[in-house]
Amino acid sequence: MEKPLTQHIVPGRAPLSLKEYEKVGGYQSVRKILKEMSPADVQTLVKDSDLRGRGGAGFNTGLKWSFVPMGPEAAKPKYLVANADEMEPGTFKDRVLLEGNPHQLIEGMIVAAYAIDASISYIFMRWAYKVAAREIIKALDEAYEAGYLGENILGSGFNLDMHLHTGVGRYMCGEETALLNALEGKRANPRAKPPFPQVSGLFGKPTIVNNVETLCCLPHIINNGAEWFKGLSKTGDAGTKLYGISGRVKTPGCWELPMGTTIRELIEEHGGGMQDGYLFKGLLPGGASTDFLVEEHLDLPMDYTAIQAAGSRMGTGTMIILDDQTCPVGFVHNLQHFFAQESCGFCTPCREGLPWVEKILLAIDRGEGKPEHLLTLDFHTKYLGPGNTFCALAPGAMEPLQSALKYFREDFERHIHEHHCPWSKAKVWQPSI
Amino acid sequence: MATIYIDDKPYEVPTGKNLLEAVLTLGKDLPYFCWHPAMGSIGACRQCAVKVYKDENDTKGKLFMSCMEQVRDGMRISIADMEAKEFRAHVIGWLMTNHPHDCAVCDEGGSCHLQDMTVMTGHNYRAYRFDKRTYINQYLGPFINHEMNRCIQCYRCVRYYKDYAGGKDLDVFAAHNHLYFGRHEDGVLESEFSGNLVEVCPTGVFTDKTLKQHYTRKWDLTMAPSVCHHCSLGCNISAGERYGTLRNITNRYNGEVNGYFLCDRGRFGYEHVNHVGRIRKPLVRAQLPEATDKLTALQAAAAAFRTGSVIGIGSPRASLESNFMLKTLVGDDNFHHGVSDTDHDLVGLALKILKEGAAPTPSMREVEQADAVFILGEDLINTAPMLALAVRQSVRKQPALEHISKANIPVWQDAAVRELMQNEMGPLFIATIQDTKLDEIATHTYNDSPDAIARLGFAVANFIHADFPEVQGLNEDELQLARQIADTLLAAKKPLVISGTHCGSERVLMATANIANALVAKEKEAGIVLTLPECNSMGLAKLGGHRLESAFEAILNGYADTVIILENDLYRRANAGIVTNFLKTAKNVIVIDHLHNATTEEADVLLAAGTFAEADGTLVNNEGRAQRFFQVYPTSEDLQESWRWLGELGTLLAHDRISHWHGFDDILQAMVKEQPELKGIEAVAPGTDFRIAGQKIPRAPHRFSGRTAMQADINVSEPKPPVDPDAPLSYTMEGYRGQPPSSIIPFFWAPGWNSAQATNKYQQEVGGHLKGGDPGLRLIKPDTSKTEPYTQTVPQKFQPLEGHLYMLPLHHIFGSEELSMHSPPIVERAPEPYVLLNEEDAIQMKLQVGENLSFTIEGQVYQVPVKISPHLRSGTAGLPAGLPGIPYAELPAWAILNRELKWKQQPQTTY
Amino acid sequence: MLTTEEKHKIDHEISLVPSPKNACIEALKIVQQSHGWVSDESLQDVADYVGMSPAELDSVATFYNLIFRRPVGRHVILVCDSISCWVMGYESIRDQLYQKLNIKYGQTTEDGRFTLLPNCCLGTCDRAPALMIDNDLYRDLTVEQLDEILEKYT
Ligand SMILES: Cc1cc2nc3c(=O)[nH]c(=O)nc-3n(C[C@H](O)[C@H](O)[C@H](O)COP(=O)(O)O)c2cc1C
Ligand code: SF4
Ligand code: FES
Repeated sequence: MEKPLTQHIVPGRAPLSLKEYEKVGGYQSVRKILKEMSPADVQTLVKDSDLRGRGGAGFNTGLKWSFVPMGPEAAKPKYLVANADEMEPGTFKDRVLLEGNPHQLIEGMIVAAYAIDASISYIFMRWAYKVAAREIIKALDEAYEAGYLGENILGSGFNLDMHLHTGVGRYMCGEETALLNALEGKRANPRAKPPFPQVSGLFGKPTIVNNVETLCCLPHIINNGAEWFKGLSKTGDAGTKLYGISGRVKTPGCWELPMGTTIRELIEEHGGGMQDGYLFKGLLPGGASTDFLVEEHLDLPMDYTAIQAAGSRMGTGTMIILDDQTCPVGFVHNLQHFFAQESCGFCTPCREGLPWVEKILLAIDRGEGKPEHLLTLDFHTKYLGPGNTFCALAPGAMEPLQSALKYFREDFERHIHEHHCPWSKAKVWQPSI
Repeated sequence: MATIYIDDKPYEVPTGKNLLEAVLTLGKDLPYFCWHPAMGSIGACRQCAVKVYKDENDTKGKLFMSCMEQVRDGMRISIADMEAKEFRAHVIGWLMTNHPHDCAVCDEGGSCHLQDMTVMTGHNYRAYRFDKRTYINQYLGPFINHEMNRCIQCYRCVRYYKDYAGGKDLDVFAAHNHLYFGRHEDGVLESEFSGNLVEVCPTGVFTDKTLKQHYTRKWDLTMAPSVCHHCSLGCNISAGERYGTLRNITNRYNGEVNGYFLCDRGRFGYEHVNHVGRIRKPLVRAQLPEATDKLTALQAAAAAFRTGSVIGIGSPRASLESNFMLKTLVGDDNFHHGVSDTDHDLVGLALKILKEGAAPTPSMREVEQADAVFILGEDLINTAPMLALAVRQSVRKQPALEHISKANIPVWQDAAVRELMQNEMGPLFIATIQDTKLDEIATHTYNDSPDAIARLGFAVANFIHADFPEVQGLNEDELQLARQIADTLLAAKKPLVISGTHCGSERVLMATANIANALVAKEKEAGIVLTLPECNSMGLAKLGGHRLESAFEAILNGYADTVIILENDLYRRANAGIVTNFLKTAKNVIVIDHLHNATTEEADVLLAAGTFAEADGTLVNNEGRAQRFFQVYPTSEDLQESWRWLGELGTLLAHDRISHWHGFDDILQAMVKEQPELKGIEAVAPGTDFRIAGQKIPRAPHRFSGRTAMQADINVSEPKPPVDPDAPLSYTMEGYRGQPPSSIIPFFWAPGWNSAQATNKYQQEVGGHLKGGDPGLRLIKPDTSKTEPYTQTVPQKFQPLEGHLYMLPLHHIFGSEELSMHSPPIVERAPEPYVLLNEEDAIQMKLQVGENLSFTIEGQVYQVPVKISPHLRSGTAGLPAGLPGIPYAELPAWAILNRELKWKQQPQTTY
Repeated sequence: MLTTEEKHKIDHEISLVPSPKNACIEALKIVQQSHGWVSDESLQDVADYVGMSPAELDSVATFYNLIFRRPVGRHVILVCDSISCWVMGYESIRDQLYQKLNIKYGQTTEDGRFTLLPNCCLGTCDRAPALMIDNDLYRDLTVEQLDEILEKYT
């Protein structure tokens, strides 16, 4: 089984140095594109590979690039940004790539930058990834030293600067337009689309934001071709995927597997099955802002298409397991507390709606819920949908809530009718402050 | 034009707009908060949702924010859709989760956009049952009250204050539902345009603190359309009264003049009307200390008239009608302009330039569209504040237009435009005697003496067109700057030069005229704006009249012995010694004014004049726009318009013409006949007889309350409402309820729209001209054929003089203007007296900040604390103009330094 | 007053962006690194240095979680309170910290040693519960380990 993205990552060992990385074929893709391919060629190849963005939305990467104005008339400089913010609760896959093989990310970023003719690039990484920061800075120095970055890269005439920017904490910074505001030294409110960042992005110039995992796929696609990449997958969505599991399984972790590996295989073979004494009740397939899946979905392949068809989203592909001893109301309450705290406060439904939802869930959790509270929750799930709020944070927040109300409605109702949480006290989510 | 279908009915709407604007322009109701016609869309509040359908087969549709959707031909939308309605009601529900529901004690109640939208969406019952978040409020200075708990986080305040008006000290803090809008710490809001927050804020977070002192709800105000009297721009205002006091000033939209906004001097300077120093009854000095009645006073004045030979002194802060009446009464030969000789000449020159120059004067709306601006000699924020705000928009918007059309972003999409533009600004050059607050957005600034500014201007004209005189002896930097300015103006489509009278230099005005003419000679669509000293400086100049100096001479030389002074404190016009001598020498001094001042002290007969709020009249602003203002509330018979006093005096004296005039309309007609330059002003507003459906236009909203109780402490039976003999407006709520003609809109109100946002309903197109055209008549037409240089004479370089300082006038938005300095909140913002010195000169003179400098100007001795500026040119100094506590001197002038101070001339390079 | 070193670092950040304002978050981080937090004075200094008003800069500063506008202890403990850590029982860790340090979230120990703050997902959910002290990440936590961990910080 091929694991192109993680093949050189060994837990507990330092990432490959530039020399070591080159020895195993590192930066070959850079040499190749600079010598043999035009930016348009790279765009076409990536589009053909069916690579879909790993940041959560699953948009075709090559297609996304194609909206960047090209040619001498296009505004300059253009920017490429690696989205390494990874603050979605339950998500820890980019950390593996950032800490484990920074050169692979740099290589992927050079490919992407070349494809859109960007001359400045940033890695926007969350503050908490201290080890990754150290390794990236080291790798950037090496890459500059070796002439993979800077002016006239490998004598090709292509220039690219790359900087690491670490955030100061806000989930919103992961949303690509809010990220751009954060990079500009502003409040990380999202921006309206259109105009898309491809046209007016960082500092008002054409910009592409890609997820770390998306970018790490690029060197391999360049080296091995589109067909190879599609062949890695078990289903129609191409490539491998970094999957992860957290919660009460025996061996939680993160693994690179063929796209379309089933949920059951993930939980049972890689996660080692549920911990003793715990039963599976449901899961969020790809981070906190995806809809619950339950027992009946276990045999679904984890890819964008199948999970979407089941009414959820694959999101980041890192799933969180809800076990039978954890109160689902508490579970959702914890999530809504997070979303309410992390709402940027720009638009009304999210800013005012999420705290309301949180307060209702606390009331229900404490046994103080009223039947009409469920109606209020329902209308929030209806009206905090995509397009009704300014960005995707609030709709994301509603996904676990609406599906919990669907699959676990009885549990909500029991809280209300029995005036207390049927689960043990310790499992009631207590808000922090 | 595009056709859109709203709830299945087709409508024609202009393209390029967003849906919300289009829907509102059609006269339909759709709630919104974060959008504002002057500031565009950001899509934050989500209040304006409508259903948008893909095509006629799409029955489901999807919710979209109408303010963020561009109008497209064939678009199908629904406002009435149940889901859209429910969503809009929920938006109010969400906003109300933390709103305190304190309408009953909130100053915004009754003119609250949030109340209106709440009613509009039909959100009636509160579903939220948890605790509300609360905030601590801030002290924001004398103008604005802060009550953060009412905030609905629409962001309009910061977008207005920061992005639109360039303020730096109001912002949004924190995140999620802890957003806080205010300053980073308690303190006075620094912006000179902070008052607009009151109208920009859709609820009661930012309210008018001056109104709070004598609070009245909008529905209980008696309001009249008026014109701001505090500078020469003539912004349109609505003034509101109750129980005989003026309660507040609000913006009166005029699409060409002030748009949606006012400056703080204009908004908060009104308290002179309520001042304790008001003259409320006539006085005859011989009968003091008792005030007297109207007839006695008139007879005393008439007696003086009959026995003496009379001269009259008019005023630039009095209406055309009052000045005209005085002129008629005393005769053309005996009518003098009550302005300093400098101002007399400067205003005369400005008028001449505008009439004879080739370039037209743009309105403020047009200023916003200029794509390159050069300001000579004017510190606009302090001399013509709203013009500064207009220039700011031009600089902000112009470079955007090209970019955004390239990037395919609609102009109204405010945040996207700002992100695209980043820090880019349009070209703006400022040449002034010291640094100004607008400098921060200037491409280049230049600080030097007025002559140096003029020389730079002449050089620019010469670089634009070689036929214009050349300037000798400029240094390398100046040459380069002049060339850069010339090139920039030439590269622009609508270049604009701005100057004015405030630095006291005719040469600066002439240089400006040369640039404008040179640009027109190069076939540019150039504009020229000249600011003037006072609200009716232009009107007074147009009436014609002699200098003040000749009035003094007439009395001192015995040609005349009686003077009648109209709304004018001569101590603000000439040297105190001269004025005192003049007033003492005159046998009879008759003064008509509304506030006690040094001049009224010397009056033998003092007649109590109505302020702008108690008077009808016409003013001509700096662009030559004649505008009518209307009496807000009736007065006692002892206090009346100056023109009425003069009319009654004329009648008593059996003046051959005046005795035939009965009321305002007659005066207007006579004035137009005798002053051809004023032709047309009779049509600026409908005449006294104007009626709609047989009815007058009510000054009070029809929700006006408590009328029967108002006078009940005096008399339980309700008195007959006073009748206005001079205007088609009634003093009560009775009258025509529909929209009046644009020039006589007392207040903006429409069913469902109690707040200032009702303005939308009065415009041809949202944010555009008022229905029926924006009020006011332009009296000046430039002569486009005259593209030759205005003058060939270029001034010499400024030479400092040993033992002297060339004292220049410095203007203050809060402090320099006479009437507003009777408003306590304005006084609070005014500076203490000071003299501004160049940094090196101060070192030379061994003076520290705060130490006194002593000097003499024309015999007037000054002893004033020093302030220091690195920008002021060495050898010049600045003295605040018009500031109480600083005796008047005609500036610029050479100040002779007190001998104890060692002031040595610095080495100069001469050419 | 900004130190020469701080200015030097800020200058570097400014050199990477089109206008000094754009480097304001970096500048705040630099100041926070040397003082532990951003005082009103520091805010003013940074604002002056990057050409912003204090209001503008504070608007940015107060948006973010990890710019501290109030003093913090010598060490900041960030306890992950997000979903996976909750499922895995992080509350016992939190309660133990409450008890040991005798402070609650948002408070600083009397000796100024620790400030305790909740924090959202630290991105190490497979090894929950987790917390961070300054730059160090601790995961697979048990209550028993806390003493030993805290001892490292003086
Ligand atoms: C609230 C919010 C948070 C997000 N956080 C992240 C993140 O941490 N990392 C990420 O790669 N994408 C995140 N995204 C998605 C990004 O907006 C964007 O779609 C993604 O970076 C695009 O990269 P891709 O095309 O390679 O997937 C977030 C989106 C939202 C709405
Ligand atoms: S949905 Fe609205 S408030 Fe929530 S994060 Fe997005 S823009 Fe901010
Ligand atoms: S007015 Fe349209 S979103 Fe606020």
